[in-house]
Amino acid sequence: MSTPSTNITSMPPGPVIKSKLSRDDIVMRGGMVVIALYLIVTLAFPLYAMLSKSFSTYRFELSQYEMQVSDQDGVFDGTVLNPVDLNAATGAFEDADFSAGSDSRLAVTKLFPDFSFRSPVMYQIRNAQPGGRFLVGSTLHDDMEWLTLDSNSFRRVQLRPVKSTGVDNFVNYFSTPALFNSVKNSLVIAVISTVVTVTLAFWFAYALNRSCMRFKGVFRLIAMAPILVPSLLPGIALVYLFGNQGMLKELLFGASIYGPIGIVIGSVFFTFPHAFLIISTALAISDARLYEAAVSLRASPWRTFWTVTIPSARYGLISAGFVVFNLVITDFGLPKVIGGQFNMLAVDIYKQVIGQQNFEMGAVVSVVLIVPAIFAFALDRYVQSKQVATLSARSVPFQPSPNAKMDRIFLIYSSLIGLFIVGILAVCQFAALVKFWPYDLSLSLNNYQFDKMDGGGWNSYYNSIKLGLLTAVIGTSVIFFGAYLVEKSNGFRVGRSLFQMIAMLPMAIPGMVLGLAYIFFFNNPANPLNVIYGTMAILVISAVTHFYTVSHLTAVTALKQMDREFESVSASLKQPTMKLFTRVTVPVCLPAVLDISIYLFVNALTTVSAVVFLYSPKTSLASIAVLNMDDAGDIAPAAAMGMMIFYTNAGARIIHLILSKGVLRRTQAWRAR
Amino acid sequence: MTQATASGDLYLSITNLWKAFGEFLALKDISLDINEGEFICFLGPSGCGKTTLLRAIAGLDLQTKGEVLQDGKDVSNLPPSQRDFGIVFQSYALFPNLTIEKNIAFGLENTGRGKSEITARVNELLHLVGLPEQGKKYPAQLSGGQQQRIALARAIATNPGLLLLDEPLSALDAKVRVHLRHEIKELQRKLGVTTVMVTHDQEEALTMADRIVVMNQGVIEQVGSPTEIYREPANLFVADFIGEMNQLPATARGKAGISIGADSDIVKSQEHKFADGEAIVAAIRPEDVIPHANGSGTPDETDVIGDPENVFTVLIAEMEFLGSFWRCRLQNEYFCDSELIADLSINAVRRFELEAGKTMVVELPQNRLMAFPRSEAS
Ligand SMILES: Nc1ncnc2c1ncn2[C@@H]1O[C@H](COP(=O)(O)OP(=O)(O)OP(=O)(O)O)[C@@H](O)[C@H]1O
Ligand SMILES: [Mg+2]
Repeated sequence: MSTPSTNITSMPPGPVIKSKLSRDDIVMRGGMVVIALYLIVTLAFPLYAMLSKSFSTYRFELSQYEMQVSDQDGVFDGTVLNPVDLNAATGAFEDADFSAGSDSRLAVTKLFPDFSFRSPVMYQIRNAQPGGRFLVGSTLHDDMEWLTLDSNSFRRVQLRPVKSTGVDNFVNYFSTPALFNSVKNSLVIAVISTVVTVTLAFWFAYALNRSCMRFKGVFRLIAMAPILVPSLLPGIALVYLFGNQGMLKELLFGASIYGPIGIVIGSVFFTFPHAFLIISTALAISDARLYEAAVSLRASPWRTFWTVTIPSARYGLISAGFVVFNLVITDFGLPKVIGGQFNMLAVDIYKQVIGQQNFEMGAVVSVVLIVPAIFAFALDRYVQSKQVATLSARSVPFQPSPNAKMDRIFLIYSSLIGLFIVGILAVCQFAALVKFWPYDLSLSLNNYQFDKMDGGGWNSYYNSIKLGLLTAVIGTSVIFFGAYLVEKSNGFRVGRSLFQMIAMLPMAIPGMVLGLAYIFFFNNPANPLNVIYGTMAILVISAVTHFYTVSHLTAVTALKQMDREFESVSASLKQPTMKLFTRVTVPVCLPAVLDISIYLFVNALTTVSAVVFLYSPKTSLASIAVLNMDDAGDIAPAAAMGMMIFYTNAGARIIHLILSKGVLRRTQAWRAR
Repeated sequence: MTQATASGDLYLSITNLWKAFGEFLALKDISLDINEGEFICFLGPSGCGKTTLLRAIAGLDLQTKGEVLQDGKDVSNLPPSQRDFGIVFQSYALFPNLTIEKNIAFGLENTGRGKSEITARVNELLHLVGLPEQGKKYPAQLSGGQQQRIALARAIATNPGLLLLDEPLSALDAKVRVHLRHEIKELQRKLGVTTVMVTHDQEEALTMADRIVVMNQGVIEQVGSPTEIYREPANLFVADFIGEMNQLPATARGKAGISIGADSDIVKSQEHKFADGEAIVAAIRPEDVIPHANGSGTPDETDVIGDPENVFTVLIAEMEFLGSFWRCRLQNEYFCDSELIADLSINAVRRFELEAGKTMVVELPQNRLMAFPRSEAS
């Protein structure tokens, strides 16, 4: 028998066989499309709305109007006045006065120096061109009819700006040093925080992985604690320690904690666990055989460190660096609380939107902020893909051997780090319990009477719990199911890789940006989804979307460990895939499912940035209450609420631990062997 | 070539089947008929497309072109759930969180069977595969061989018309493997289910299959019963892949004659189709080489030479004892640089007092001496 050539052209022409879709295929593809649509509606559309907002400029165009003025008897002589000429004559407005936001209004009486609202003079005004708009009180006039008004009514005439598209906002942004400086500030702070955090976390992880010091378990636990609190909590602690009335103020030698110093210290606190986890993993997987080789070559410990330890942990270090950088540059809560006059990008967005109601400029800052965030994200993904390759090599885990002197040094170092973390939390707890800092240090629970403060009271705490639970339940279901569909469905290649890409996107979008984008998209009256604006639903959606990527990756990792042939077996047995999913996939992946739930719960409770634009008085949240109470000067109650979040999350983690253990025990019959 | 040897009617028919992965052709114009009740093995080196063909039959990875008819029905483009088969994978793919009973019952649910009926069927299957007491355990608590049997029980629970096995024994150690070969074959015979098994272990194929499909680089090289494949390989690839085969350069001489090397005297061979003088490869299996007395040993009346022309005097270059026989490397000027390998019985070695360095006489019997084209890759 002759061997046909391997060339594809030897295959006869004609149509390729297309599979008839089974019910399962249709269900799975349908599900995937629905979840992809969810991501598009909650991510792509809002971002698009925001982007187009950043390119929208508004400007008052006097040339769009015509006016007439009567004599003292209210008689018009038919002379039509052009407001452009009037302005040229009177110099009432400068050119800068004409740049506007979407909601700006311009009163016109300034064009008439003699104007008095008591005078009997009558005025007429009309739009000279289609598209012109003006308000009388709150009544909009966009036709071209002459409108006759007495002086008192004319006082209430306000012009509306004309919208056009262009880069004016960006030009404006980059020519305003007050705004533009934030870019530099943000980058500098992020870089410094990254270097400090990664260095501290590296030695901490090194101590835990490579020494024989005692209390490793305790240190590991302490290192993870900052994850359980909002990023602004360390800011509050720093205010108590080093603020104007701080206990340790002298340690700063006159420098102010409000500004770069405070932001960096706080950033180190809240990013520490992230860096520690990544570096610790990198150190844990590095190969003991390399160290044995180094010892046999009589390399000095110092040399071994630089030629073996650092290179083998380098992906972890780089990855940790990008993650910390991203966290710091996109964080809002901390610089808001302790930044003082020092402007950072994320805070600028808030100031533009909440302070000045300048949504366009908020959108511009968001676009500026996305650039470094996406950059760091993309590099991190790249580095992580490299690390997977090193992971798959068969390596022997490293077993540290005791070294009394080094172990003592590491113990002291780790204790200092532990003291820093516990200290920050303890200060907050102490501040929350003290009657009136620093004058009356007796303890009371007064600061827990949240209902007496601004910020939503205890209700915001209950709302947060509700948000956490809803996010955990809904998010886990949607995300795990979505991951299952992309991982285990047949064919539909393009659709699946598209889905994978969309699922990676949320991680690159800072919470502030997502929140602002939601305003533009969901608060648009023309959007039928407008109904969810101001409800708990939009908070859940923004939290699920914001934390989608990490959860998705956790789910995918767990699903990849399942036998690829389960679906084939189930199909051959003519059983619906959904039966396999509920009876086998979910139970086997239960640990991962629980991990995703707790991740979503904890993050929904601590996030400020993703929800700060989206809560309404009815749906205020605990993390927002911390922010608002701090803003209002109620710092002790803010600390108290922050600690409530801490205890709640700690409790949730403990429940999660018990559940996971329980699940494992109940099912260990099939795991153990 | 694809005509049936086993008893039943045509059950599965594959016609002009192609499979492309991007630019790469994994299956090229495969046609194959399988009869009802047959046990078929796909045999071939790693990467030759066995699994791909099996998955196309199952509908798990659809072929690019070509038809698959099962039981008279065109199933070419049907998803697996609309075809009729049971399958066992190399990994077994047992559901780890379900007990053995639940695993076996998985396919019995939602089929209109009552609870007690399912229980009865599960027990019956557990008996059938010889694990009646293990129903309450989880897969991880069973040995590899036991898991394999459970996977088999699950696959046949619904009485599928076709049983597909993808290297079902390759994850097991040698002893268990030999034992299970037997059991699977027995079970298949008892149930009469048409079975296709993928393997790259020739011994497995030779002992289990009714017919073997030898594959190489995406094509079928030969289809036939184990003895056919072994005794009459269609080409050098098959000859070399299954069992061992001496290959000596030779030249065609007449319809049933060749000369070994460049110009040995003409020896008789199996009939061939080569033109006179064409360069070919002469092939014979080591165990088909017949030793004869060379004068030093004691000849006796049983030592009869069948084809006097086919006798060579050779030098024994090396002898290796392999337990049940001696492997001898034999040299002769006509073999050029090749050595002839002969597997000689212990008895013959003793009788003819053979040892390395001596010369001896061997016969390459006509009916075992094959001729293949020279250019073919081996
Ligand atoms: N999904 C795929 N994408 C691309 N190429 C593939 C894919 N699956 C299989 N191939 C290629 O097709 C060829 C046949 O693969 P197949 O798995 O059928 O081999 P096999 O005969 O079962 O080998 P083995 O004995 O190793 O299991 C191989 O060269 C393989 O690399
Ligand atoms: Mg295979």
